Amino acid sequence: MAITAFLTDSTLCIGCKACEVACKEWNHVAEDGLEWSGFSYDNTGSVGSQTWRHVKFVEQSPEPGFGGNAPEMNSWSFSSDVCKHCENAGCLEACPTGAIVRTEFGGVFVQPDICNGCGYCVVSCPFGVVERNEDDGRAFKCTFCYDRQKVGLKPACAKACPTESIKFGEIEELRHHAKERVAQLESRGMKDVQFYNAGDTSVGGTHAMFILRGDPRQYNLPPKPEVPTVYLRKAWRSSAVGALMLLGGAVVAFLADGNGRR
Amino acid sequence: MAGEAPAPHTRRKRMSDSARVPPRVPNVSSERRLVEIRREAENTGKVAAKGVRPSGAPFPIASPETGYYGIPLLKEPAWTWQIPLYFFVGGASAAAGVVGAIGSYTGADRKLVRDARWIAASGCVLSPPLLIADLGRPTRFLNMLRVFKPQSAMSMGVWTLVGFSGGAAAAAFAQFMTDRYGTSFPVRVIEQAGQAASLLFGLPFSNYTGVLIGATAVPAWNENAADLPILFGMSGLSAAVGLLELMGNHKSRALGALGLGAALFECWEGLKIEVQQKPVLKPLKHGASGTLTRAAGLLSGPLPAALRLMSLFSGSGNKSSLRKAAAVSSVAGSLLTRMAWIYAGHVSARDWRIPLGIKSQE
Ligand code: SF4
Ligand code: SF4
Repeated sequence: MAITAFLTDSTLCIGCKACEVACKEWNHVAEDGLEWSGFSYDNTGSVGSQTWRHVKFVEQSPEPGFGGNAPEMNSWSFSSDVCKHCENAGCLEACPTGAIVRTEFGGVFVQPDICNGCGYCVVSCPFGVVERNEDDGRAFKCTFCYDRQKVGLKPACAKACPTESIKFGEIEELRHHAKERVAQLESRGMKDVQFYNAGDTSVGGTHAMFILRGDPRQYNLPPKPEVPTVYLRKAWRSSAVGALMLLGGAVVAFLADGNGRR
Repeated sequence: MAGEAPAPHTRRKRMSDSARVPPRVPNVSSERRLVEIRREAENTGKVAAKGVRPSGAPFPIASPETGYYGIPLLKEPAWTWQIPLYFFVGGASAAAGVVGAIGSYTGADRKLVRDARWIAASGCVLSPPLLIADLGRPTRFLNMLRVFKPQSAMSMGVWTLVGFSGGAAAAAFAQFMTDRYGTSFPVRVIEQAGQAASLLFGLPFSNYTGVLIGATAVPAWNENAADLPILFGMSGLSAAVGLLELMGNHKSRALGALGLGAALFECWEGLKIEVQQKPVLKPLKHGASGTLTRAAGLLSGPLPAALRLMSLFSGSGNKSSLRKAAAVSSVAGSLLTRMAWIYAGHVSARDWRIPLGIKSQE
C-alpha cells in the first residue's frame, strides 16, 4: 500500500474554502464558524472537532511587488490547514484506548467506535488539532479520508480544490515535487517561500506538508513542534525518584520513631 | 429553534454518528454586532473591536510578531472538574496505602495502619467514578483496558489504578474481617497480598499524574516534566499525613516527620519556580492561575512547615492543635495544588506565543 500525503501549496491557494466545504460534506461534519471573528476573512479560526480543513487568511501590511498587489492593498496569503498526520504523532502515542491508529496509508486515524473521550490526545497534539466534541463526547480530527483512500479515491478536500493547491499523492513524490516547486518559485523572485513538514524535529516529519510564504509563525505553525513523548524519560525518572523518596521517607520515619510505638 | 427547520436537522442526524451535534442557526446577535460596529465606525471613525478596520483604525495582522491574529495554537485541556479532584484523591490514597504498608511492616501503631488502609480504600472507591465521569463516553471506560501502552502515561496510570484499587480494597477487607471476627489464616493471606499490592502500585500511583500532565504539549506543564511527578507525589504524601493526623494520629512522630519533610520539599519546589524568570512559567505566577498556584504552594509548603516546626518546640497542649492546623493546611494545599496546575495548563495552552517561540512584548 502506498504511503500517501498532502502537499498544501499556499502560493496557489485562492482562499475559496472549497476544501472546508467538501470536507464537511463528505464527512458530515457539522458547521461552525458562523460568527464574525474580525480576523480577515477567517471566521473559523482553527481546525478542531468540527473543522478538519481550515483555510487561514494571513493578512499583512502592504508589501508592494509581491503577488501583483497594488501598493496600497494588503498582502494576503491563504493556506489550508489540516491535521498534520505526524510521523511521531503525539495523539497516537498518548491514546490510552488504542483508538488512534496508523493506517496502511500512513495517516493517523481516530476510530470512533473505540474512543471513550478521555481527552488525553487533546493535550498531546503539538499542533492543536484534535479536539473533544463536547456534544458527542469523543475526539475528532481529519481522518485523511480513510474511507475514500480505501477505495482508491483522493481525499475530498484535494478533490475539490480548484487550483490544486492541495495535492495528494505518494509521499516521496510529493516531497520531490515540493523541492522543485520551491526552487521554481525562488527563481521567480519569491525569496520567502518555505517548505514546512517539521522534518527536523521530534515529530519526524508530517504527512501533511506545506509550502508557505514567509514565517510559519504567522500561519500558527510552530517552528519547533515536539512530540510530547520526548518528555517521558524525564517525567518517569522524576516519578521513580518521587517513589523512592516516599518509600525511603516512610521507612526511615517509622524506624526512627522506635517502630512507631509511643 | 429545531422546529423551524426540521428537514436538515433530521437529515443530519441520520447521516452519521459524528454529526450528532445540534445544528446552530446563525443567530441575530452576531448580525446585530456587525451593525453596531458599523455605527461605531461611522460616528467615531475608530472601532475598538478586534479585526474591524474603518479608515484610520488599526487592524489585526498576522505576522511573525503577532502570530496568527493571536488565535491560540494549542487546544485547551478538555478535562472537567473531576480530574483535579481525581488527582488529589488518587495521590492522597496512594500515599496512604504506602504509609500504611510500611507502617505495618515496621510494626507501627495498629490504629495508624488501620486508618491508612481506610483512606487508601476510600480513595480507590472514589477514584474510578471521578475518572469515568470525566470521559466523553463514560460507558466506554473499559476500552482503557484493551491496551497496555507504556508510552501513554494515561494507560499506565489506569493500570496502576486498577492494581492499587485491588490491593487497597483487599487490605481494607482484611482489616474489616480482622476487626470484626478476629484474624485467621486466609484473612492474613489477603491482608499481606493486599498490602504488598498497595505498596507496589501505590508508589507509582502516588505520582504518575505528574507524568500524565508533564508529558503533554502544554508548555507550562512540559517545562516542569522533571519536577511535577515528585511535586505531586509529595503533595499526595502531605495530604495522606494530614488526613491521618486529623483521624487522631496526630501524636505519631513518624507522621510528623513525613509531613515536615513533604512540606519542606514543597517549599523548595515553590522557590524553584519563583526564582526562574521564564515566560513559560507565567501562568504559575501571574494572573488568577498564578494566585491560585501561589496560594496552593503557601498552604502546602511554608505554612505547614512552620506550624510543624513550632509544634516540635511547644508544650503538649499546643502541639496537638499546631499539628492539626498543619494537617488542615496540607490537605487543602494538596487539593488546591492540583486545581492550580490544571488551571495554569489552560492558561498556558491559550498563550500562542510560547509554542510559536515569540517573545512577549511586556
Ligand atoms: S497533528 Fe496532532 S492530531 Fe494530527 S497526527 Fe499530529 S499529533 Fe495527531
Ligand atoms: S479522547 Fe479518544 S482518541 Fe483521544 S486519547 Fe482518549 S480515547 Fe484516545
